[in-house]
Amino acid sequence: MSNTMEKVFKGGSFLIEDIEAADMFTPEDFTEEHLMIAKTTEDYVLKEVVPQLDKLEDHQFDVSVDLLKKAGDLGLLGVDVPEEYGGLGLDKISSSLITEKFARARGFSISHGAHVGIGSLPIVLFGNEDQKQRYLPDLASGARLAAYALTEPGSGSDALGAKTTAKLNAEGTHYVLNGEKQWITNSAFADVFVVYAKVDGEHFSAFIVERNYKGVSTGPEEKKMGIKSSSTRTLILEDVHVPKENLLGEIGRGHVIAFNILNIGRYKLAIGCMGGAKRSIEVSAKYANERQQFKKSIGSFPLIQEKLANMASQTYAAESSVYRTAGLFESRLGQLSEEEQKDGLQIGKSIAEYAIECSLNKFFASEVLAYVADEAVQIHGGYGFMSEYEVEGAYRDARIHRIFEGTNEINRLLVPGTLVRKAMKGELPLVEKATALQNELMMMMPQEIGTEALDQEKYLVSMAKKVILMVAGLVVQKYGQKLENEQEVLANLADMISELYAMESTVLRTEKAFNRTGAERHTQKLLMTEVFCQEAFNRIEAHAKESIIAVEEGDTLRMMLSALRKLTRHTPINVIKKKREIATVVLEEERYVL
Amino acid sequence: MNLFVILKRTFDTEEKISIANGAIAHDSAEYIINPYDEYAIEEAITLRDTHGGEVTVVTVGTEESEKELRTALAMGADKAVLIDAEELDHSDQFTTAAILATYFKEQEFDLILGGNVAIDNGTGQVGPRLAELLDIPQVTTITKLEINGTDVKIERDVEGDVEKIETSLPLLVTAQQGLNEPRYPSLPGIMKAKKKPLETLELDDLDIDEDDVEAKTKTIEVYLPAKKEAGKILSGELNDQVKELVSLLRSEAKVI
Repeated sequence: MSNTMEKVFKGGSFLIEDIEAADMFTPEDFTEEHLMIAKTTEDYVLKEVVPQLDKLEDHQFDVSVDLLKKAGDLGLLGVDVPEEYGGLGLDKISSSLITEKFARARGFSISHGAHVGIGSLPIVLFGNEDQKQRYLPDLASGARLAAYALTEPGSGSDALGAKTTAKLNAEGTHYVLNGEKQWITNSAFADVFVVYAKVDGEHFSAFIVERNYKGVSTGPEEKKMGIKSSSTRTLILEDVHVPKENLLGEIGRGHVIAFNILNIGRYKLAIGCMGGAKRSIEVSAKYANERQQFKKSIGSFPLIQEKLANMASQTYAAESSVYRTAGLFESRLGQLSEEEQKDGLQIGKSIAEYAIECSLNKFFASEVLAYVADEAVQIHGGYGFMSEYEVEGAYRDARIHRIFEGTNEINRLLVPGTLVRKAMKGELPLVEKATALQNELMMMMPQEIGTEALDQEKYLVSMAKKVILMVAGLVVQKYGQKLENEQEVLANLADMISELYAMESTVLRTEKAFNRTGAERHTQKLLMTEVFCQEAFNRIEAHAKESIIAVEEGDTLRMMLSALRKLTRHTPINVIKKKREIATVVLEEERYVL
Repeated sequence: MNLFVILKRTFDTEEKISIANGAIAHDSAEYIINPYDEYAIEEAITLRDTHGGEVTVVTVGTEESEKELRTALAMGADKAVLIDAEELDHSDQFTTAAILATYFKEQEFDLILGGNVAIDNGTGQVGPRLAELLDIPQVTTITKLEINGTDVKIERDVEGDVEKIETSLPLLVTAQQGLNEPRYPSLPGIMKAKKKPLETLELDDLDIDEDDVEAKTKTIEVYLPAKKEAGKILSGELNDQVKELVSLLRSEAKVI
């Protein structure tokens, strides 16, 4: 069903290569089936879940279980499970769309996501034949529900510091697990847990642990700030005898599973954030039209319009980025032969290829949601602070997304870290490109920017790539091995790369839409692209400047700053005017409009 | 049993209607299966599952209506037929019913189901007209349907009251809210729908001459309802307020 892009791109290559609009997946490429799947999910969420939200928020988890089983009846739990194990084996675009539509279900979307994502995927991707046959049909139908247990009280971001142990018993039949896992989503009702433990206190490994094994228990329900509809408890393991057939993957290779599941979790989380942002725009636009002050709707005030336009443009950037990434996964995983698809190592490699993109999406989209939910409350004024208004919950629910699946700080550091590693391994010719740029800078002449739609934005994208290469080259040269101590500069680099990825995603998406159905049908896309690119470029420039100043001094500093000025020279667009235009359409249709 | 459902592609209920050049603007609208037709589809699928047979969904529309037909197939219908009437400049309920009648005269059918009314033009005429043209019994706004052989027991909604009717196949019924709870297409259903037959017929294929189905009505003007004005709050002595209210109802609202 997928109409995936033919070309397969290397992870991180967007930084140094230009891609054609036709080679990037966009939401305008959804097939009829994709849209029908989205509609079914939307209908299910609106008609089945939303009426139960109060009960779900009140921790009535029997309702969660019922709803998950209903989702299973519709096929909404089996999308990532191959057909031979009772699933549907659909493409990554379908599962992404389902994730997006589930966002409306608030914390229940986390229950769903934990089951189909981090709960089931370790077995889908890394289980052996016997494990797949024993578990996947039930997980795909909802007969059994899954959870994922990685975090411990003492090990969060430092996952490999886990203290839970596993020891083979004397008979050699069972691993005996001891330890405590913390903040386990779905723990109130999950039947199957993927648990990480160190064999002999040393070799980090994954196990499939069933709830009814003796010695498995859960702690009390945590009291959380948001996503209250999801269950969060500790998982206590006391001399739990796990059959040795339930070792997932190889001993000592648990990190391959853990990190790759995290990668997938990250881009899926980004999709959920974008879905949530769209909903907040809708609610806020409706409110802005209804609420009268000074005998006018507050939506008629430019400062409210500015907020709605910012919310829409940033959501457009997030949407374009996450579906681009889903497309990358789909083309790489779709390219694997059937044999390779059963090989955990191959799968791991394919996922790890886009670790950079996963991290970028994770922190970008979660921060877009944070901004959008915050402004949604602001547009509602005092009413937004009251629990009976939807945005109050959206605001609380949004907060966790900057923390789980790797904090945004960890994800920022991962981006330059992975890039440097790829460069060192020769996977990406970053050093060569940076050197070439240095020579180019010496004789660079100001470029004439075209006047057609998107010309300026394309120019800004190409210049952003150069700015990033320049700064990256500078800090690598300066700090070498000690680079990892310079977290502020590294985070600046990650931010610049993130802005670039999002900018390029909006430009190529808008261009692809133009090429397909003509520019006049896509004025809103163009406006949002222009506004986002202008502001993102301004931020890139600021980050670059701060970084250069932190690294250089004296004449070299002045020289570098002048090079930056050359690279960033352009006539900025009037974003205020364009934002009013964007907001007019959002207010007219009372939703996020493309 | 040969079950047929006639369905219409309509605006999504959430759509805001706007007028451009004297007609409703269709540009960026989202479309759905007319919600009343969904009851008909659901009923047909349930009947098929109990009595056996086949469900065919039929629409008169354009290429775009394929999407709604696919949705019906994904819900569980077996076959779909699109009668492409794009070449017609103007059409009305007469046109649609005449085209459908021509189609149905070549089909073997036991039961034709439709929605009681489409949420766009809201005439509720196509079903009854079609039954007349086919010379079969019809029962509109049904809320319950039981089939035993060729005997049919029906409950229909009559402005809030229930009327019980007995009739027999072949028959045409139109569905009212309350008949059933339409299912959503499941994901396996959606994937299967791709492989189900969807036949497109041109008017030529049915030997229909455009003149024979020419619309009997002409649309003179299309306009939106007047904008709702802000309410008035009367003040003063209660007796005066009542007097003022009566006079306003007479002079301004002109309802008494």
